[in-house]
Amino acid sequence: MDMNEIKEIFFQECEEQLAELESGLLKMNDGDRDPETVNAVFRAVHSIKGGAGAFGLDDLVAFAHVFETTLDCVRSNKLDPGPEVLKTMLKSADVLADLTAASRDGGTVDPSRTSVLVKELEALANGQVPAPTAEVPTPVAPPAPKPVAAAPKPVAAAPTDESGFQPIPFSFDDFGGEEAEAPAMEIPLCDVVFKPRPELYSKGNEATLLLRDLSRIGEMSIYCDMDALPPLDQMDPEGAYFFWKISIRTEKGEEGVRSVFEFAEWDCDLEVKVHEVATEGEEDEELPMQPVPFDLSALDDIEEDHDHHEDHADHHEEVAAAIEAAKVATSVISMAATTQQAAPAAQAAVAKPAAAAAAGNAESSGSGGANPTIRVDLDRVDRLINLVGELVINQAMLSQSVIANETSGATTINTGLEELQQLTREIQDSVMAIRAQPVKPVFQRMSRIVREVADMVGKSVRLVTEGENTEVDKTVIDKLAEPLTHMIRNAVDHGLEMPEKRAALGKNPEGTVKLSAKHRSGRIVIELSDDGAGINREKVRQKAIDNDLITSETNLSDEEIDNLIFHPGFSTADKITDVSGRGVGMDVVKRSIQALGGRINISSRPGQGSTFTMSLPLTLAVLDGMVVTVAGQTLVVPLTAIVETLQPEASAIHSFGASQRLISIRDSFCPLVDVGRILNFRSMQANPTDGVALLVESESGGQRALMVDAIQGQRQVVIKSLEANYTHVPGIAAATILGDGRVALILDVDAVVAASRGQALGGDGALAAAS
Amino acid sequence: MTIGAKNLTKGARELIAFRIGDQEFCVNIMIVREIRGWTKATPMPHSPHYMMGVINLRGAVLPIIDLSLRLGMKPAEPNPRHVIIVVQIGEKIVGLLVDAVSDILSITDDNIQPIPEVSAEFVRAFARGIIAVEGRMICLLELDALVQGNESEAA
Repeated sequence: MDMNEIKEIFFQECEEQLAELESGLLKMNDGDRDPETVNAVFRAVHSIKGGAGAFGLDDLVAFAHVFETTLDCVRSNKLDPGPEVLKTMLKSADVLADLTAASRDGGTVDPSRTSVLVKELEALANGQVPAPTAEVPTPVAPPAPKPVAAAPKPVAAAPTDESGFQPIPFSFDDFGGEEAEAPAMEIPLCDVVFKPRPELYSKGNEATLLLRDLSRIGEMSIYCDMDALPPLDQMDPEGAYFFWKISIRTEKGEEGVRSVFEFAEWDCDLEVKVHEVATEGEEDEELPMQPVPFDLSALDDIEEDHDHHEDHADHHEEVAAAIEAAKVATSVISMAATTQQAAPAAQAAVAKPAAAAAAGNAESSGSGGANPTIRVDLDRVDRLINLVGELVINQAMLSQSVIANETSGATTINTGLEELQQLTREIQDSVMAIRAQPVKPVFQRMSRIVREVADMVGKSVRLVTEGENTEVDKTVIDKLAEPLTHMIRNAVDHGLEMPEKRAALGKNPEGTVKLSAKHRSGRIVIELSDDGAGINREKVRQKAIDNDLITSETNLSDEEIDNLIFHPGFSTADKITDVSGRGVGMDVVKRSIQALGGRINISSRPGQGSTFTMSLPLTLAVLDGMVVTVAGQTLVVPLTAIVETLQPEASAIHSFGASQRLISIRDSFCPLVDVGRILNFRSMQANPTDGVALLVESESGGQRALMVDAIQGQRQVVIKSLEANYTHVPGIAAATILGDGRVALILDVDAVVAASRGQALGGDGALAAAS
Repeated sequence: MTIGAKNLTKGARELIAFRIGDQEFCVNIMIVREIRGWTKATPMPHSPHYMMGVINLRGAVLPIIDLSLRLGMKPAEPNPRHVIIVVQIGEKIVGLLVDAVSDILSITDDNIQPIPEVSAEFVRAFARGIIAVEGRMICLLELDALVQGNESEAA
């Protein structure tokens, strides 16, 4: 593994830490004062600092250090994390994220931003605390002198467990550490009790190494307490049974001792007591008896002095094995957890929101109940998905050929096939679930956008997120960020009123933007709502008239007016601001949502706010399609494009010009497009009354009635690329393979509509029919 | 070792020979991925006339070219005895519909005769030489232009 790979891993971890940091800060912002939350935040910054130090990323280290110092004040209750403090901290988190990104991708962060925040952070740290520089922490006022009595009394008191093992104290003098100076009179003596919890080991920490580090900062004696060690048969291999009592003389005092355990602090019980000044005499007494190197193999040496040879050897092995087992177990557990998580998640998409909400609660309850995970290269997952897709097709082909050749008495084959079918479907669902990711990262990015935009336009805004553990395909998540960003900006910039106006209206001066995600009937529904002014329909209408989108006589329902904002080139903001309103607006959003196979809708109530509802497919690898027949060929039409299907009556068909035909649907007229003709499958237009019309809505908002010969049914199909071995085909989006093993083409509805427009008279009568 | 040496000295190569109508052609065996029976192809809109459509090759979408038509001869009337030679050309994999695979030839470069000057379009595009084997005439094809031809015509 070369340096770059390690660095890459560091940056990946940074991203996780940054997410942790931000979610922690947001929790604190919501009034969470749980010390564990503060710790989590501190830990995140600290880890980034540590890692950055190892790679010599000085800017990052410097900033993280200041940030950490301030956070430390919060952690030690010297600084109250009020709203103002948190505002600075959230900004600092943003800068930290930018610095991290800059370190990874090159580029720089505006130094003035950094320096302003550094000053703010330092002011916070200094404002209420005397002088908390992180370098030289002042030890807490030493307690009343309480001499050596507390020092462990070794062998005599040592308990003997069933195996006859006797704990032996040992000193660290003779390895690794610097030769301890003869302690001067003023060097304080600390009594340390270090009690690891099982998590310490499961996170890969080693008590040995911690103790070794401790030995480097001073002269110490150590006593290992094994009272808690159960007999072998009752021992939990992942348990932690030992604890250590250490007396150490160190110049660095309590802080120094604690800093040794810094990374393990959350996974162990640590008590540090400082005695005032020790006297020579005491010290002699307290010095340990026999120095023994501390290493697990040391146990072997000790054992030689012992009578209970065999028992003890077992014991030692058991301990070593337990540690090993603990390590292995962690990785096994993480894999098991992932698979377990995947299977049920896929099976019950409907049940998921509840589970996700539950998971959310569990997490917010604080104790960091994150599920263990493994990192897997995305390519591997995709390859697996491809293979499973082929398996599904193969299974369908097998079933069909068995049915075709069915002879009597083949029931066992049929039962077997049915089971196979069920299994393949389950495998497919589980594999798809691997690609599924919670929307949390995107939602978290949005909270930053809200902060920045709110700052820029001088509004006070709170972002409430809900269902952030709702899962959806990674590609969908990646492509969701952009339209969401746009909409959030719009909501803050246009949707919410200025604080004074809100106050005058009797609303909370602080606006609320709510972002929620949930699963609904096999799709993910994302809602973005604000409690602002709602859409100004008069203004929208007037603007539409000004832009010749509608005429002043056009009679539109409220909903139709609201949906006008999705029309290209529409922006109601009076002035063009930095934030939004460059005329590329909601139409872009709508297009990107549609490109994902989704739909977007708006509902608005004047004075109470607007809600955008987006419904997206859970995955892009499969598609819900309507299988239709056109000129003897089987085609798949994406279900998302179809508004309704109807059987045209002869009386509803009207000829229009030379070759055009319109179909009247509830008194509005819609061009009829013969798919077979557009795709050149036949030279003459088919008779509309012999077929079925699919009313589709295209990206441009226009509706068309697509004529097909017959509908075969609805089906979920696996999307296959045509471009891989051939080239792009106009009018065709992709291909799929049906149950009979044949390739069917997936219709590109928008291209077909666009092509039909080329023949059509050109005028945009589509808008009147839109929505 | 010996094979390598033989190849090196004599420029030997292996070719797959196949039949279209009453003519025989051959291609380098190294580009052939597999040979499979004819299955009905799904026709594609707006495609060149020799493009028969696409079939499912173990989950991949494989375009099928009527090689007879592509070489300027009459269109094939595929029946179950026809075969599809699956060849890799550059990054792409395409299927060639031919009447039958007739032979595997092992020849050396000096067996390949130059093409007499004729006006047929396919000769300029694909034919690279003529081989005489036991009184039969086999035309050596190079198919790189096949995929490029696809793209330029479909574009």
